[in-house]
Amino acid sequence: MKTVLAFLLLFSIFDSREAGTTPLRWGADFESGAPYSFKDPKNPDRIIGFEAEIVEAIAREIGMEVQTFQNNWEGLVEGLKRDDYDIIVNGLEITPDRAGVVNFSQPYYITSEVMTVRKDENKIITLESAEGKRIGTLAGSLAQRILAQQDFPFEMLTYGEEVHTYSDLALGRLDAVFMDEPIALYYGKPNPALKIVGPAVGRLEYGIATRLNDKELTQKIRKASAKLIADGTFRRILERWGLWNGLTAKQWGMSAEPETPALAYEEYLKTAWKPVDFVERMRRYVGFLPLLAKGAVMTLQISIISMVLAMIIGLFTALGRLYGPWPLRWVGIAYVEVFRGTPLLIQLFLIFYGLPHLGLRLDPFIAAVLGLGLNYGACEAENYRAGILSIPKAQMDASQALGMSHVQALRYIILPQAIRVVIPPVTNDFIALLKDSSLVSVITMVELTSIYGQLASTYFDYLGIGLLTAAVYFLIGLPFVRISRYFESSLNVHFSANGKR
Amino acid sequence: MIVTAHNVKKNFNHRIVVDGISLEADEGDLVALIGPSGCGKSTLLRCLNGLESIDDGRIQICNTTLLSPRDIGQKIFSQRALAVRQKVGMVFQSFNLFPHLTIIENLMVAQQVVLRVDKAQAELTALDLLRKVGLEDRHDFYPGEISGGQQQRAAIARALAMSPKVLLYDEPTSALDPTLVDEVLRVMKQLDQEGMTQIVVTHEMRFAREVADRIVYIEHGKIVEQGPPAQIFTNPQDERTRTFLKHFL
Repeated sequence: MKTVLAFLLLFSIFDSREAGTTPLRWGADFESGAPYSFKDPKNPDRIIGFEAEIVEAIAREIGMEVQTFQNNWEGLVEGLKRDDYDIIVNGLEITPDRAGVVNFSQPYYITSEVMTVRKDENKIITLESAEGKRIGTLAGSLAQRILAQQDFPFEMLTYGEEVHTYSDLALGRLDAVFMDEPIALYYGKPNPALKIVGPAVGRLEYGIATRLNDKELTQKIRKASAKLIADGTFRRILERWGLWNGLTAKQWGMSAEPETPALAYEEYLKTAWKPVDFVERMRRYVGFLPLLAKGAVMTLQISIISMVLAMIIGLFTALGRLYGPWPLRWVGIAYVEVFRGTPLLIQLFLIFYGLPHLGLRLDPFIAAVLGLGLNYGACEAENYRAGILSIPKAQMDASQALGMSHVQALRYIILPQAIRVVIPPVTNDFIALLKDSSLVSVITMVELTSIYGQLASTYFDYLGIGLLTAAVYFLIGLPFVRISRYFESSLNVHFSANGKR
Repeated sequence: MIVTAHNVKKNFNHRIVVDGISLEADEGDLVALIGPSGCGKSTLLRCLNGLESIDDGRIQICNTTLLSPRDIGQKIFSQRALAVRQKVGMVFQSFNLFPHLTIIENLMVAQQVVLRVDKAQAELTALDLLRKVGLEDRHDFYPGEISGGQQQRAAIARALAMSPKVLLYDEPTSALDPTLVDEVLRVMKQLDQEGMTQIVVTHEMRFAREVADRIVYIEHGKIVEQGPPAQIFTNPQDERTRTFLKHFL
C-alpha cells in the first residue's frame, strides 16, 4: 500500500520540463482556434497555426525553446499575471485597458470584424440590417464591444469559443455571427451552409502580451518582431495561412497582394472540412486512444489523490462534529455548510486565482487536488457522520461495559462497523468526483475532458468523440465500482443474520 | 460489601426514574431485582457501572465511589466510571456482541485493548471461557451465525474475559426463546456456585427463587420490599409485591 502511494506521489510531481535552453512559456487556448493555435488534425500531439509559427520564429530569433501551456481564453491574462507562462499569443487584441495590465509587442497581425450568415439568408447584408435578429459573438472581444455600441435593437449571444458559434448559426440557433475575419475565414467560409457578407468593420490589432514587470523579455520580443516583420518572415507566415490583408500590408508598408500560396489554408480545408466515412472515422478514433489514455491517467491521478484527501478530512470532521468540544463542532459545521453549499467551480477559481492575491500561489495540480479534496471532504464528513450514527448505541454501551475508553470503542468497534455502512455512498462520491475532476480544466490542468475539447473542436466531432470520452470515463470508474462491491459483499458475510452454517 | 448504593436518584428530562434507592451486595451474593417494566431497574443497573450518571446519592462499587458529576465534575466522574467498568462486567438483554468479529475475537478484543494482554494469552483465556460456557466449537463463528442462547452465553463469557469482580445482568433472558433460556441460567447458576457477585434484573422468578441470595422488588423507582427468596415468594409483606407476584403463579 505504501509503495502504491509513493508511486502515485512521484507520478504527480514528475516534471516534464527539459533541462538546457531557457523555455519560452507560451500560454494560449488550444481547444479551438484555427487558424491561430490549434491541434494538428493529422497529429493531435502537435500545435499548429499561424501564431504557432510566429512564436516559433520569435523563439528561434531570441534563442529560446517554446513550451506550451493550455488555459481558457478568458483566463489567459490572469494566468500571465500569475506567472504560469511568459507570453500570450492567442488573438489577444491590443486595447488601452489591456495595455495598462500587460505589455504588448507591436502588432503581428491587423484585421477587422466580419459578418457570417446562412447561405439562404437574403435579408442580412450589413451589420445594421441584422436588426431584431440573434447575433452571436466571442465573449470579451472587440466584436462584442462593437455590437454593444450599436443603437439598433437585436439579441446578442456571447460564446466562449468560435466553433459552437458557427455550428449554432448553421443549426439555426443564430441568425448571424460577428467575429474577427480570420475566424470567419476558417469556420464560416469553408462551411457550405454559410457565407460571409457585408463590409469589414472596425480595426483590431493582435499583439504579444508579456508581464508588465518583465522588461527584458518584452524588449527581446519587440526587437525580434521588428526584425521578423522587416525581413518578411511574418508576411510569409500570414500568406501561408491565407490571412495576408490590406490592413496589415499598409501597416508594414508592403504590397497587399499575396506573393506565396496559402498552403496551410488549403491543407486545413482538405483535412478539417473533409467528410469522413465510417471506417476512416473508426481508425481516427483508435488513433485518439493514446491521447485519451494520457488524459485518463491525469484524471485518475487527480481523482484518487483528491479522494484520499477528502476521506481524511471527512473522517476528522465527522469525529470532531460528533465527539469534539463545541468550538471544534462549530468549525466542522461551518466547513461542511460552506464547502457543500458553494459550487466547486467557484472554489477552484478562488483557490487558483484568488489566493495569489493573498500571497499563496499554488501549482495547478496542488490547487486541483486541494479544491476537489475540500469540496468532497464536506460530503465525506456527512457520510461518515451518518455511518457512525447508524451504529446502535448498544455497541458503544457494550464496549464501554468491557472497560474500553470512548476512543478505543470508536477505533475497534464503532468505526469498523461504520465502514461497511458507508461503502455505497463513498463509492458514489468517488464516481462523482471522477466526473467533477473535469472542472479542473478551468485552472489549466489538462485532463480527460480538456483532451476531449481539443480533439472535438479540431475535428468538429463533438458527438462521436464525446461518446468515446464518456466511454473512457465509464471504464476508468468501473474497477473502483467492482472493488467497492467486493468489499461490501465480503463485509456482508459477517453481518448477515441469515448466514447460519 | 462489594457494592453499596445509597439513596441513588436519577431523572431523565424531569421524569424521576430512580427515586432514592439504597441497596447493597456482599461478595458472592446473587441479588435479583424484580418488578414491573419501566420502573427504573435497568437504569439503576446502568448507574452502578457508570453508563448513566446519577443525579444524587452515592454508589460505592469495588472500592470506587461514584457521585453525581454535578458534585465531582464530569472529568472525574468519567475517570472513575472507566475504572469501575474495568472491574465490573455487564450482560445486556440484546446480547450486544460485536457483529464484525468472530466469537473468540469478541472475547479477545477487550483483553488486548484494555488489559494489554498479548494475542496468544488472550486467545487461551478466551478458549477457556468458551469451554466453560459450552461454546468452544463455535469460536470462529460470527454472532449472526449462532442462536440467541449461544449469543448470550458468549456475551457472558466476553464479560468474564475481563476477570470482573461483579457481573451486572440487564434482563439477560428476556429476548430469548423459552427453549434457550435454561442454557443461560445454567451458566449464571454455575458462576454463583463459583462465588461470583451477580446483580440480575430479571423476570425469571423460578430462577430467582432458586438461586438468588436476596430479592429486591422495585416499583416506580423505589424499593417496595426486599429479603431472602423464601420470605418474598411465600410471605410477601407488601400488598404491591403480592399483586406483582400473582402474575407468575
